[in-house]
Amino acid sequence: MDELDGNGAAGLLQEIFGSDMTVAVATCASCGAVAPIGASGLYAGGPGMVIRCRSCGGVLVVITQVRGRHCVDLMGIRALDMPLQHVAPSGA
Amino acid sequence: MTQETPAVRTIGLDVPSWPGHRAGQHLDVRLTAEDGYSAERSYSIASAAGEPVAITVERLDDGEVSPYLTEDVSVGDQLEIRGPVGGYFVWETADGGPLLLVAGGSGIVPLRAILRQREHSGSDVPVKLLFSARTPSELIYRDELDGRHDGVEIIYTLTRERPTGWTGYARRVDRALLAETAWPAGKNPLAYVCGPTNFVETVAGELVALGYEPGRVKTERFGGTGGR
Repeated sequence: MDELDGNGAAGLLQEIFGSDMTVAVATCASCGAVAPIGASGLYAGGPGMVIRCRSCGGVLVVITQVRGRHCVDLMGIRALDMPLQHVAPSGA
Repeated sequence: MTQETPAVRTIGLDVPSWPGHRAGQHLDVRLTAEDGYSAERSYSIASAAGEPVAITVERLDDGEVSPYLTEDVSVGDQLEIRGPVGGYFVWETADGGPLLLVAGGSGIVPLRAILRQREHSGSDVPVKLLFSARTPSELIYRDELDGRHDGVEIIYTLTRERPTGWTGYARRVDRALLAETAWPAGKNPLAYVCGPTNFVETVAGELVALGYEPGRVKTERFGGTGGR
């Protein structure tokens, strides 16, 4: 199966998480490598979608669709850093 | 719709309430059959920010979506799309350069959006575009690329078939060709590489071997089958 880039899962991730996850930086629970989801390996040809660490090959994310629901396994991610969304200053 | 090459078509999309996109982003097209079976593929947006949305699609003979988009769809048809998505393989003027764009075949599509983005924003970031294809007819956007762009150097290589009088390269992209044509690593270039998986693997690996900072080599693989 061809390896793609996590960027290719942007649409599905956005549907699930509601924001752009490809620029989120994941720490691999297996080896501790740190990389943006968009730059991680994507395997999309089988049942479900698998995102793997490019340093150790460990599975970061598995997304499957079962009975009309997205099922998301995030056990391979130890930490996720997201850029802050722009927040308008509050007050008058 | 524009027929770019025998197997490639550009489709303009009129999307009400399109929020705007950035160069390098893509959108997902979902086709649903009458029996409910659906297939979804991701396509790079071919236009710059602020331009009307367009995708350029290459027909894959064993594809589930691209044959429809390249042969059956006609003006006025409706498509189910999701996007724009993906903020990783994106270039904005503030990202600067110098830019190295490396395309394998239809991998040129998001890089064309980046070139147009640069032009529209009046950026003078220097660009080298290395465009590899098998045959001359696979050089999508050739006329547009050959038009004069200040500060943009375009290097072609054709790996399988060349017209008579061809003055471009006639070899696969490897370390030697990159060393000869790409920005030296000392200029701290920003690289975008898009194409088939093997092509992207090779180019990205060799750029890093040549001293490019891995975090500044952005890749978009579209595999050997499916998608794009």
